[in-house]
Amino acid sequence: MLKYIFNRLLLSIVIVSVAQFLLFTMIYLIPGDPAAVALGPRATEAMRKTLEIKMGLDKPLIIQFWNFFTGAWTGDLGNEVLSDRPVFDVVLEQLPYTLALIACGMTWSIALGIPLGCYAAVRRGGMVDRLIGVLSVGLIAVPSFVVAIYAMLIFAVSLQWLPAIGAGEQGQLGDQLIHLILPSLAVGLGWIGYIGRMVRASMLEVLEASHIKTARAFGLPDRLITYRYALTIAILPTITLLGVGIGQMLSSAVFAEIVFARPGVGKLVYDAILTRNYPLVTGAVLVTTVLFVFINLLADIMIGVLDPRVRSRL
Amino acid sequence: MSAVVYEMKKSLLKIMREPLGALGISLVILMIFSAIFADLIASADPSKISPRDRFLPPSFDHLMGTDQLGRDLFARILHGGRIALAVALFTTAVSLIIGTVLGLLAGYGPRWLDNVLLLLFDTVKSFPTVMLALALVTLFGPSLTSVIIVVVLVNVPGYARIIRTQTLTLKSAEFVTAAQSMGASTMRILRVHMLPNTIGPLLILVSMDIPVVIAIEAGMSFLGLGVRPPTPSWGAILNDGFTAIRDTPWIAVAGGLPIILTTLGFTFLGETLRDIFDPRMKRR
Repeated sequence: MLKYIFNRLLLSIVIVSVAQFLLFTMIYLIPGDPAAVALGPRATEAMRKTLEIKMGLDKPLIIQFWNFFTGAWTGDLGNEVLSDRPVFDVVLEQLPYTLALIACGMTWSIALGIPLGCYAAVRRGGMVDRLIGVLSVGLIAVPSFVVAIYAMLIFAVSLQWLPAIGAGEQGQLGDQLIHLILPSLAVGLGWIGYIGRMVRASMLEVLEASHIKTARAFGLPDRLITYRYALTIAILPTITLLGVGIGQMLSSAVFAEIVFARPGVGKLVYDAILTRNYPLVTGAVLVTTVLFVFINLLADIMIGVLDPRVRSRL
Repeated sequence: MSAVVYEMKKSLLKIMREPLGALGISLVILMIFSAIFADLIASADPSKISPRDRFLPPSFDHLMGTDQLGRDLFARILHGGRIALAVALFTTAVSLIIGTVLGLLAGYGPRWLDNVLLLLFDTVKSFPTVMLALALVTLFGPSLTSVIIVVVLVNVPGYARIIRTQTLTLKSAEFVTAAQSMGASTMRILRVHMLPNTIGPLLILVSMDIPVVIAIEAGMSFLGLGVRPPTPSWGAILNDGFTAIRDTPWIAVAGGLPIILTTLGFTFLGETLRDIFDPRMKRR
């Protein structure tokens, strides 16, 4: 078990390092001198030189890479161009908004996906099962930004039930939650379909197992068998999927934040690109990538703990 | 040749027998048809600006209304389909070629190369797609080229992995060993024995990936990072509609509808194809 965790951890560290290397290459390849871009066209030569030394651009390439590489592991991602604040702090400030959005999106997809999958598995082959099947595929297929805009159009603009933009008043939990409903629906809708399918498939497998047959033979009520004995086992494979899900929701969250004008890491990167604030772009991309790798690592370890068969595969 | 036509006819019949497959293939054909004949179906010029006709609601003259520059939305949607289709076909072809080469290298080549390639695939996959797109746009600037690079990068690992797995299983198959012992060259083994056996699973993956490609193109154009105006793109139209969502909701509706219908069409088709050709993966 320890060996499995160690291997996974090592792989994650290597992946993040390669990602760092790619990001560094990317900044280096961006046309134009970073210092000149940061200062704008009216900067003097002297100003440019000072900033270059401050950003470490005067050192040889290999040293620059080493500084970027080691700095990132200690949380030093350099300073952003506009306000000269540490990139790491700026990203950490925005991260809770994105995480809250993903958590709520996950809540939507779990709360609706699991019952949907269970229901379909119990009514296997029936009309309801087929309809849920089509619905799941449909939910998975439609891109989240279209969902976001249509949700805004229907619930915020036409019906005016929910607010369209912003994250709500600071410190007022109720208001913030209301502002989360539509964006998180847009983030989580597709995953209702994924979780529904996954739960259905593993439920069908579990419902055939002998302990379920025994429970039936004892005459336990169907509802108890489905939710108490079958679902608790059938839910396990879904957990690994949740790791992937959180990662993909990170992508949807970017769109949701932009459409609903919410603060968050996605909006941060988007705005940074428009203002050519490159240190902020690479820093934020690196932080989200680390987060993504870390979540997948957690999911892998969790499934390794739960399912001994997986450990031997790596 | 007639055997191929016969096989295709048979598959088509199988697809049409499934309600979902019939719906999927109809949507796909409708999309391809309207993209090819966009000029004939919509008489209006998709890029013609007429300030007097700004923000007109849907009517018989403008089936889907007009946008903020007075351009006919119906014509823009149909021509946007061309961009979506072109990007989908081109990027899929490029990803397939690169993915096949890398997959064969990983599966048939030396062990260290396999490990390096797998690590690279994992790394590319470890960037969330949108973050990858945003990072690459900073490098290449917003353009169709950026869209294509992003899509190819996102797609190649999937294709390469499938080819690699197939190659690994086939590598020790008896007919491959037999060919090797008869002195067949590596190129011949790859071409004659490996490739034809990987096409089935690959085709299914392609039909499942096309909606993803269309979503990436539309998504990047929606953010203003993809196709440049005034080229009509569904994502760009959706963005126009988003900007004016309070007063003129029909623009957003017009931009979103083709994205929804096309992604649904290809996904339904892909699901049916998978059920027919790969019974092992069929949902029980």
